[in-house]
Order: sequence, then structure tokens, then C-alpha cells
Amino acid sequence: MLYREAGDFKTSYRDDGQTFPIRLDRWGYYIVLAVAFGIIPFIINDYWASAVFVPFLIYAVAALGLNILTGYAGQVSLGTGGFMAVGAYAVYKLMTAFPDVSIVIHILLAGGVTAIVGMLFGLPSLRIKGFYLAVATLAAQFFLVWLFNKVPWFYNYSASGQINAPERTVLGWAVTGPATSATAKYLICLCFVVALAWVARNLTRGTLGRKWMAIRDMDIAAEIIGVNPLTAKLSAFAVSSFFIGVAGALLFAVYLGAAEVGEAFGINKSFLVLFMIIIGGLGSIFGAFAGAAFMVMLPVLLKNVLVGSLGWPTDLAAHIELMIVGALIVIFLIVEPHGLARLWALTKEKLRLWPFPH
Amino acid sequence: MKTKLTALVAAGMMAAAPAMADLVVPNLSYRTGPYGANGTQYADGFNDYFALLNERDGGIGGEMIQVPECETAYNTEKGVECYESTKDSGALVYNPLSTGITYQLIPKVSVDKKVLYTPGYGRTSAKNGKVFEWVFNAPANYWDGASVAIKYLLDENGGDLSGKKVALVFHNSAYGKEPIRTLEGLAEKHGFELSQIPVDAPGQEQKSQWLQIRRDKPDYVIMYGWGVMNQAAIQEAANIRFPMENFIGIWWSGSEVDVLPVGEKANGYKALTFNGVGMDYPVYDDIKTHLIETGKASQGGEHVGSVLYSRGMYAAVVISEAIRKAQEVAGTSAISPEQLREGFEQLEITPERLAEIGLPDFGPEIKMSCDNHGGSGMARLQQWDASAKQWNLITEFTEPDQEIIAPLIQQDSEAYAAESGITPRDC
Amino acid sequence: MDQLVFAAEVFLNGLMTGVMYALVALGFVLIFKASGVFNYAQGVLALFAALTLVGIQQGQVPFAHLINAMLGTHISSFGWTVPALLAILLTAGVMVLLAFLIEKLVLQHLVGQEPIILFMATIGLAYFLEGLGDVMWGADIKTLDVGLPQGISDGIEAVTGEWFGYGFFIDRLDIWATIIAALLVAALVAFSQYTKQGRAMRAVADDHQAALSVGISLRFIWVMVWSIAGFVALVAGIMWGTKSGVQFSLSLIALKALPVLMLGGFTSIPGAIIGGLIIGVGEKLFEFLIGPMVGGATENWFAYVLALLFLVFRPQGLFGERIIERV
Repeated sequence: MLYREAGDFKTSYRDDGQTFPIRLDRWGYYIVLAVAFGIIPFIINDYWASAVFVPFLIYAVAALGLNILTGYAGQVSLGTGGFMAVGAYAVYKLMTAFPDVSIVIHILLAGGVTAIVGMLFGLPSLRIKGFYLAVATLAAQFFLVWLFNKVPWFYNYSASGQINAPERTVLGWAVTGPATSATAKYLICLCFVVALAWVARNLTRGTLGRKWMAIRDMDIAAEIIGVNPLTAKLSAFAVSSFFIGVAGALLFAVYLGAAEVGEAFGINKSFLVLFMIIIGGLGSIFGAFAGAAFMVMLPVLLKNVLVGSLGWPTDLAAHIELMIVGALIVIFLIVEPHGLARLWALTKEKLRLWPFPH
Repeated sequence: MKTKLTALVAAGMMAAAPAMADLVVPNLSYRTGPYGANGTQYADGFNDYFALLNERDGGIGGEMIQVPECETAYNTEKGVECYESTKDSGALVYNPLSTGITYQLIPKVSVDKKVLYTPGYGRTSAKNGKVFEWVFNAPANYWDGASVAIKYLLDENGGDLSGKKVALVFHNSAYGKEPIRTLEGLAEKHGFELSQIPVDAPGQEQKSQWLQIRRDKPDYVIMYGWGVMNQAAIQEAANIRFPMENFIGIWWSGSEVDVLPVGEKANGYKALTFNGVGMDYPVYDDIKTHLIETGKASQGGEHVGSVLYSRGMYAAVVISEAIRKAQEVAGTSAISPEQLREGFEQLEITPERLAEIGLPDFGPEIKMSCDNHGGSGMARLQQWDASAKQWNLITEFTEPDQEIIAPLIQQDSEAYAAESGITPRDC
Repeated sequence: MDQLVFAAEVFLNGLMTGVMYALVALGFVLIFKASGVFNYAQGVLALFAALTLVGIQQGQVPFAHLINAMLGTHISSFGWTVPALLAILLTAGVMVLLAFLIEKLVLQHLVGQEPIILFMATIGLAYFLEGLGDVMWGADIKTLDVGLPQGISDGIEAVTGEWFGYGFFIDRLDIWATIIAALLVAALVAFSQYTKQGRAMRAVADDHQAALSVGISLRFIWVMVWSIAGFVALVAGIMWGTKSGVQFSLSLIALKALPVLMLGGFTSIPGAIIGGLIIGVGEKLFEFLIGPMVGGATENWFAYVLALLFLVFRPQGLFGERIIERV
């Protein structure tokens, strides 16, 4: 009744090809943007920023990146944590070496560095696929973590090997370092997310995205119709790693402020991001956001309910939280293997017909 | 869906916030994850001492103490979440028992004005109170530990270690790498040969490392380990018949859980400690009557008296003494974190005072000041008796070699100050 | 010369460690072969099995902590101890039950899904079992003792000492692990070659549809395979648990088994063994020869890099099924 496309006429191909073809969706998108930029920054506090919004936004970038590689190009990767570490250490080296250059440029450059590293570790994908590739990317994960732990140059020869983000500003506002306000943290991440999501959306529906999907669906057929697997796969690794590198840089510089590579960028990160895109939905931009929101908020929510409201001992709550998260993942996969994005699409489908289902 | 979620989270937060009137000392503990077994005992000791003060004395200076617990699972991101969720509830001091989380919190606490107390872990150079205004790491830090261990070896060898070989087996992380510079300095000074043997986390497979030790035949092995790495190392040491009495662990490698799985063969293993062990302290009578018998002990009191329990309790003792001092200095019982910081800086724990609270000779004498946030750095050694299944203290509290450590602390804290744009204050 | 003798010792120990890795990898292979599921939960299964074994042996009350928290009681133990062998049998029973439940509650609903979905489901399962293990038996470190000897083998030390002038270190536990692994593999091979169920299992591994059409119950086979994998996990859990106590980190041995799988192929039992040996020897020798030059602690990544390099030249692994595919 409320949600329908009748009367929403398109008069040009341009109109027809837009991201949100339905007027209501478009409005929804603008409203979300307006709330995200216009309202949340004024009401956000440290807790909400640190526990929910900033990690959500950063993981959304990482999930977008992995979704490009796994969801669109069909290459399963478990090296996400290692690539995030590359982004983090690249931004740290750049920040400390060129303190006068804007942090925004550093973060983008860190993404670029990660893209190169990602391409390097993407080379085996030309020979290996499936689970063999997934496990092979673990080599990147373990090797990179070891490298950053071992070579003192990466952490500027500090005694313990921890890296600390010094204070840097954007337009006079501190966005890294301890004095950063919740609003600044949130806004810088939000800007990156919106820009990168726009890039991802437009890449994936253009030539490049179609090539990736062709490779994913059937690589031999793709090759026959003229898609070069070398460039398609490596470009997927590069773009994906760029996103993941930016996420790693943001995670270290804006969110954590200090990091130790084995702890902050361990294998658990790789699994976490993979979870996000699978729960959210492979091959969907919305899915990356939905998955990130789900995996970031669920533990916080469970913890607050179990410990805060029910007053359970923290260890019991933590164990039961693990069980609930595990069970929910399994249930999700059983109920809707294509993820939250698919659920959302089905809901919209139903809404279009509502209240006259036939 | 989202609003419901928001409402639920909000409701959760409301319920979690303790009443503002009490003194709030959050316990960022970890009872799950790779180090959960260690974290549980520590957290129990920490909780129980405050519970005892509440039950027996009605808090400190008439103020009840709230110890809201928050599970970090030794994960920095969860640690940040815990910190943010508790800091607005009037929290005074944090003790996260994780070097990673500590590094995270060091810059944050100076902005939020909270005290960070990291006994025996965290950032060593935080001892320099001129740079790290809000961080305290008394009674001892990692570098003190390394120095005390070497000092003990010097005593064993009549003051001469030249030509001896010492191997450092360490957790390949920020924590494990801490003592390297100190030991290098000490090696130069005393003429022993130092070899470094890193073990990657988690470290349950250490065959290469111990084969290397078997080949190189070092005279002594010093270990900086945590979690499963400790048990695996002690087991492998026993397997290659490395003499246990020449094997010294840092305080985080010297608890019951580290040696019990190895059984008889762990007999004679030594470890540093800065707190007393065992049940021979009068305070345990009070814990028994006030907590265990009334069922108020954390986790039913199953870990009472263990090394890590005692260490958690010791952390609580120092914090409560600092609170007392702060109340005395500020002249009010409801102190603020700023006042607690003052209390820490003027804190003095004498042996008499320790005896008074039922813990004679439980820890070293502590005297802090504006520029010394790390106390004396004294530690002692304990040795495992496998047949009696208990740790025995074998030395008195020993001073570390400040000649080596002080310049290192100066250097590292100045590097931090330069990097973060802090001007060291005058003391 | 000395260097050579040392290298020989490292080589032998690498072989022994390889057996320990292979024990974990075996469980993966069994399940992957029969159901196409890449079971990430294998490591957690080993942890869960070891926890259950210790719990039964020491007469722990399951869920004691939960019950105490809910009812305010203080129970922890039944006050009896169970002999090791009986406890192992009981634990094997628990693992069969677990296999049944996993099939009933999870796998049955995921038939025909893409491999990655099944893989993620097993990660979810791993989370769940990790939490369950902790709630059931508590999170403290437990000592596992089923009577396996540990420590340097004096005989080998004496003999090699006479031959080379340097007594080799071989852990007696490793020798036992090798014997048990050999027995286990022999039993598995005999089972799959000579019993009806074993043949059915191989039929399912070859082709699900064809197996179904000749009247083999897929569900039964799956329960059986998961039970066997659970039993293999129990054996791996006993070995690793004896080595360093039963605790959370035991579940991380799965990460040590993954390069073994890559090398040996996901579908080959001999591959898991040979792959384990190669990885064990490779990482130990690399740490011995190159490690000191680059600062040590190379084992974690070297195993993966070794497997990766190998795969570039032989994408299906050592003994994996040859799928003719050009990428």
C-alpha cells in the first residue's frame, strides 16, 4: 500500500539504472543519510561511539572490501586480519614520517599500500581456488602478523612493539589521539564509509563488477567471453584490499589509538569479517552493512542484557553469549543462507504486495 | 527492530550503572578466552578483597565500594567497550590485567582523568610519573622482574655471572619483548651471554625452542610467558631434563595452573612474585567468616589462596590503601579520581601497615611520589614444591638494579612524551 | 658434523610433531570426504572431548557452575573418579551423541547448500561448543592423565649417544602418539575397506546421489562419520591435552592442521599423514636453519607458506582428487 512502484515512471535510461529505483527507497536512503550526518553527531556520546557506531562503520568498510572479493569475485579470503594490519602499520608509518600531511591522505595511501600487498598475495588465486585458496590466504595472515611483530622498523623501534596513534586533525578537529571527541571519530568514519560505499556500489555495477561476477559464476565461461582472469582476479584483490586497508587504518588510528599486531589483527578478525558478509549476504552492499551491524551489536546487546539486566555472573554470561552467537549463526544459515540482504529483499517484496497479497 | 534493539541496549545500560554515591572500582576481568583460566583467579581475588571490606568494615571510610565486573576476554576492543561503559558511572581506577588494553587506555585515562593501576604489567616506563600522570605500576614492573631474576642468579654464583649463558624464552608479543633491553644491558654489565628464544602465541607447540635450549645448554632460562605457553614450556623443560631450579619465570609464569599439569616433574621450578602466597595470613580468617561461609565469595571461593588470587587481592589492597590515603588527604570520604591520584602519589605501604590489615610481609614496602609511580620495584622468588602442591617463598624482597633500569625508563618515557606531544611536568 | 647431527634430531622431532598435526587433520579429512563439509569445529571438538574426558574421569558435575549460579548451591563433584579406559569409552559415547545432535539440528537442514555456507555453519558450531564446553565443565585448566608416559626416552638417548656422540631427544609421548596414530589409521582403513558401513561411507564420498539411489542412508552415514571424527578428535585431544593441559587453547590446534590439509589434500587419509610429516619436518628444520637469522618464531607462518608454495605447483595437494580445472 505504502510501498510500491506504481506511478513511479522513468523517462530515461539513466533514471532506470539508478541505485534506488523506487521512490520510497530513495527517500529512505536520504533520510538515513540525513539522520547519520544531521542528528547522530549531536547526540552521540563516548559509549555509543566506542561500543557501537565507530566499530560498526569501520567493520562495514572491511565487510564491503571482503564482499567485493568473496561475494562479487568469488575468491574466499581468510587474510583480512593481515591486510588490516598492513593498513594500520602503513598509516602509522606515514603519520609519524610525514606529520604535516593530512591524515585523510594517509589513510587513503595506507589503503593503496594494502592494495599492492593484497595483489601480491592474490597471485596464488590464479592457480588455486575454493577452500585451498581460503587456507592459502591464511599464509598472508600469519606471515604479515609475524613480519610486523618482528621488524622493528614497522613500529619505530619502540621497546614493546606497540604502535600509538599521535594526534592528527582534520579541519582543526582532532580525529586521532586521545583527545578526539566522539563526534569527530564518528564523522570521519562516516565520511569514509559513505564515500567508499558509493565507490563500491558503482564499481560493482560497472564493467569491473560484471567481470568479477562472471569469474565468480563460472571462470571458464568468463574467459571464453573475453574476461581476462588475471586482471579480473587481481583487480578484485586490489580493490578489496584497498577497502580492508582503509578499515585497518581507521581501526588503528581512529578507534583503538594503540595496537599490537598479534592481538588486534589476529585470525579472529579474518573470521569476524567473513561472518559479517555471510550473515549479511554475499554479493550485496546492503548485506555488508547489515552483517557488520549484526556482528558488532549482537555481543554488546547480549552482554548488556545478560549481565546488565539479568545480573548474571560475567563469566557465565560470556560463555552463554558465545553459545547464543554460535547458535544464531547456525540458525541464520539454516533459515536464510543468503543472509540478511536476502531477508530484506523478501520483506520488501512482501511490502509491495501488502495488504493485498494476491 | 532497530529501535527495539536500541531500547534494550539502553535499558541494559541503565541497569548496569551503579548508584553514584559509592566508590566505583570496575573490574575489567577475563574469565573466557585463551587466558580465561588465569584471569578468573585474579578477578576473584580482586572482587573478594573489596567484598571483605564492604562486609567487615562497611567499605572504606564509610563509603561502600562497588566493583562492577566487565568481561574483556583479553580482547582490546571489548576492553575499550568495557572502559567506555563503566567510565561515566563514577569509576575511579582501572586494572585491566592486559598489556594490550593498558596501552589502549593510557592515552584515554589522561583525557578522561581516571587512574590506571597496572601492578606488574602494562607499560613499564609508566613508572615515570612526570610523563604518565595517571598511570601507576607499583610495586614492580617487567624490567624490575628481569633485574631481580639476574640479581638472584648473581647471588647464586657468588656475584659473578661472566661466561654464563642465559636464555630468555618469551611470548612473542609486546609483553614478552619488554625485558629484552634490560637483559641486554645487564648482560653487558655482568658479562653473561643472552640468547633470545621467541614463542609465538598461543605456544602449545614449543619443540623447536626446547631442542635449541637442549643443544645450546644455557645455564639458566628466564621465561616471560602467559597462558598455555607456560604449561607447555615447563613440560618441555621437564622433558629435556632441564634442571628446574635453573628455570625462572616472571610472575605471570608462576601460578598453580602453570605447574600443576606437569605434575611431579615441575618440582623445583622457580618464579618471581611480588605478593605472598598460601593461606598463612590472618586476613584469610576474615575472608572465611565474612565471605566463604556466607556464600558471598566470588565463584564460591574455590581459588582462595592461589597465586593469582593473591595477586588480584594484592592489587585490591593497594587500591584500597590509596583510597584511604586519598580520603585522608582530601578530607572527604567520597573522593574523585583526581583525589585518588593524589592518594596514589602519596601512598606509603609500610610492613607495619600490611601486618595491620592482616597481610604481614605480603608485599614489598611501597612509597610513591609525584615522579615515581612504580614504587621500589622489589620482588622475590618462589619455588614450586610438587609433592606438597604449593609455592614456597625462597628469598626476601630484593631491589632491582636501578642503574640499568632508570635510564631505560627515562629514555622510553621521553620517547613517548615526544611522540604524543606531552610536556613532562615538574616534580 | 655437529650441525648435521642436530639437524637429524630436529628432523626426527619434526616427524613426531607431524604425527600430532596429522591426528588433528585426520578428523577434517574424514568429514570432508564423506559430506563435503570443511569442519572448522574439529579443533573445538578435540577440546570438548578432552574436557568431557577429564570431567568424567574426575567425577565433575556437568553445568555445576550454572546450577550454582541459578540455585545458589555449591556442588562441584560427585566425589568419585572413573578409571581412564571407562572414561574414554563414556566420552566416545558422548561424542556419538554429539554427532547425532549435530546431524539432526544442523547438517540436516543444510543439505545441498554451498560449501562456504556449510563451512560458516561449522564455525558457528565451534563458537557454540566452545561456550558449551566452558559452561559444562568450567574454564579452568585441567590436568589430563590417562597413563600415557611423557618425557625423554632414555633408550633412544643412550643408543644415539653411542652412535653419534650426541643423545637424541625423543619424547615418549610422541612415540606413543605415533603408535596410536598408526593403529588409528589402520583401523580406519580396515573399517572403510572391509565393513559394510565402511563401503557405504566410501560410496557416499564418491557420489551422494548415486549412494542414495542404491539405498544407502545418507543421514546414518553422516552421523557415523561425525562420530568417527569425534573419536579422532578425542584421541587428538588426549594427546595434546596430556602435553599441555586441557584448556581453551587446545581448540587452536585446528590452525596447525590446516596447512597439513592443504598439502595432503582435503580428501586423502594418507595425504593427511604424509602432509603432517612434511609440515612437521619442514617447519622444524626451517626454524632450526633459517629461524636464527630472521629472529625465530617462524613456525606459525612457515607451515602455511610451505603449503602455499606447494599448491602453486600442485593445486589439488599431494593426494587430493585430481579435478581437471584450469583457472
